[in-house]
Amino acid sequence: MNEVGTGIAMSTDNPQLDAQGNLKHFLTIDGLSRDLLIEILDKAEGFLGVAQQAVKKVPLCRGKVIANLFFENSTRTRTTFELAAKRLSADVLNLNISTSATAKGETILDTLRNLEAMHVDMFVVRHASSGTAHFMARHADPHVSIINAGDGRHSHPTQGMLDMFTIRRHKGDFSRLRVAIVGDILHSRVARSQILALKTLGAAEVRVIAPRTLLPTRAEEAFGVSVHHDLREGVRDADVIIMLRIQRERMNSALLPSEHEYFRLFGLTEERLATAKPDAIVMHPGPINRGIEIDSQVADGRRSVILEQVSNGIAVRMAVMSMCIGTQNLNAQGAGEVYA
Amino acid sequence: MNLPRISILNGRLIDPASGHDGHGDLHIADGQVQAIGAAPLGFEAECILDAAGHVVCPGFVDLCARCREPGHEQKATIASETRAAAASGITTLCCPPDTLPVIDTPAVAQLVRQLAERAGFARVLPLGAITQGLDGRTITEMAALKEAGCPALSQADRPIRNTQVNRRAMEYAATFGLSVFLLPQDPDLSEGGCVHEGVVGTRLGLPGIPEAAETVAVARILALAEQTGARIHFRGLSTARGVAMLAEARRRGVRASGDVSMHQLFLTEEDLGRFDANCHLIPPLRTREDRQALRAAVAAREVSAICSDHQPHDADAKLAPFPETAPGISALETLLPLALQLVDEGVIDLMGVIERLTLGPAEALDLRIGRIAPGLTADLCIFDPTAVWRVDAQSLISHGHNTPFLGRELRGRVAWTLLGGRIVFER
Repeated sequence: MNEVGTGIAMSTDNPQLDAQGNLKHFLTIDGLSRDLLIEILDKAEGFLGVAQQAVKKVPLCRGKVIANLFFENSTRTRTTFELAAKRLSADVLNLNISTSATAKGETILDTLRNLEAMHVDMFVVRHASSGTAHFMARHADPHVSIINAGDGRHSHPTQGMLDMFTIRRHKGDFSRLRVAIVGDILHSRVARSQILALKTLGAAEVRVIAPRTLLPTRAEEAFGVSVHHDLREGVRDADVIIMLRIQRERMNSALLPSEHEYFRLFGLTEERLATAKPDAIVMHPGPINRGIEIDSQVADGRRSVILEQVSNGIAVRMAVMSMCIGTQNLNAQGAGEVYA
Repeated sequence: MNLPRISILNGRLIDPASGHDGHGDLHIADGQVQAIGAAPLGFEAECILDAAGHVVCPGFVDLCARCREPGHEQKATIASETRAAAASGITTLCCPPDTLPVIDTPAVAQLVRQLAERAGFARVLPLGAITQGLDGRTITEMAALKEAGCPALSQADRPIRNTQVNRRAMEYAATFGLSVFLLPQDPDLSEGGCVHEGVVGTRLGLPGIPEAAETVAVARILALAEQTGARIHFRGLSTARGVAMLAEARRRGVRASGDVSMHQLFLTEEDLGRFDANCHLIPPLRTREDRQALRAAVAAREVSAICSDHQPHDADAKLAPFPETAPGISALETLLPLALQLVDEGVIDLMGVIERLTLGPAEALDLRIGRIAPGLTADLCIFDPTAVWRVDAQSLISHGHNTPFLGRELRGRVAWTLLGGRIVFER
């Protein structure tokens, strides 16, 4: 708004950055600079080697306490965050909140306060409501960092960055890339983070492909993407094809008639991949639904980098976590080889 | 009656009903305006208010302000909110029926009125529920609610899902000449939504309420109004198309009126920023184009009233992830400054905006209030249009501090408020 405005101060200072412009929280890709995203990718590159070492640990977050606060169930994301934290030598608390505190009526803020009282340095948060990570960052103690591990339909920035990391390892420069994202864009925090990251990193073209029921309103304007409803057209000459998981509960509703029709129109098969670039890679944030959004032949095929995404997830999460709370240990013994 | 004789001198008197705008002293006794201009022969004021540099106008009539009592006293009470109303120049306010218990029986309606009378700061008119417990199924004893002092009926923000129930409720209300206040929002299209379905909602990943949630409901209600001949009032229009549909129906002679919430004339979806819970509203903040159309509709009097849509909350109600926060703004005390800002921005003239805050809403209630004339109750607002003040926890009288205008400096402040010839607020 022009005249009587609110939120103006909020939009100029980024709640994710500290006074020096360093990453303090990692809540969304929105508002982060290209340089900062590149920094995350470069750091993650350094961490990739850690998994190959005999001792899979670096001491960047030694003495730090990281709490995984998952209000929504998750296996993969929680596990990779836990591994990332442990490889950084942090102490890790896993709290499955969906079955504990909130079930007893405790508010998110009370949960946060209680864990802050136990001197937790970082919270990795997943919640079904968009805006939860921002809310927690706004109310957290000044020394505490918040990492968004997925909030509603809004953002899943570490997933977005690990996908960028995977793309960069295969394709190098982003500026020539044509990326197609296929599936339930409407409900997908992963898609939102991928799109924002791709746009920030300068990808030549980002396309979203879905039936109208699974597309958010005014996606072109909101994200600067092009919208397609035909899979073959959408993946034509694409360098990267990202398939999104389709939730079973969307089927047999007003959104989609059946799995059969969805696969027939939007499921990725070798045959439909024919129009893509010969060296196109196929990605999926997982867990995959074989035979619904992706054919097994493609998921297990030569272009699939799906499992690589999982391993890359650990390195990217190490990068983000160490950037948020590990900076004071940068010169600590053992860190040198990581950055060498 | 033990009411003081008061003279209000040197002010600029604005009365939209008579079109008066200019010097005009007021002389008040027995709770009523006795004379405008020269004092009646032998009138001796016990109290003289020097209103030089001030505007004297009818006390504001607010068609939608929640006081949270009975049932939600942790947020606010009738005493606390009517005190804030008096400090805002509001002398009559309508309280929607979504209290606990719901205002669906004469007993609750009377309780609300009694609590307001005991507090003595403002007239509170309870809006009776259209359906029992606002359940959308069984209509209330509307005749009894009318006798208990409900000037109109409302379904608060819980629209009636069943079209037949909606129709029957309008017919039954029309039997007793009661108008029906309806928030036009299709319950299915708005279910689960918390922001406007648009660019900002898409970026923030917040479930949206489409424009069609309003226009579908407006179309349905207008069709039923034409069918039944009921008198309807649209509460809280938020879209350009919604106000256009109302204007078109009014030209055809449908007995319909409408209002907007003051903040809808200033804020848009862009003000959500990074999940600002103080901008969580129902209906949601919409686009710049919608705001422009709402302003034009207010100026053209296609929308005849502006409400505060006051919804005070306790701090906890806003301390949660955005979709889980309670919607609404604490809005009584920003009503006048924002009205004056509309004048500053050239949207409407001062007489016009005062009309939308007094006579316009009074017409929707079919009550002879919101005007200044000898023999009428002296409900008056006297404000300094130049005084600048800061909206903050110290300055706000309402128990609700949930406003996106917190921290802002606004211009225009009430100096005195008179209710039935009594000074109920004095700064």
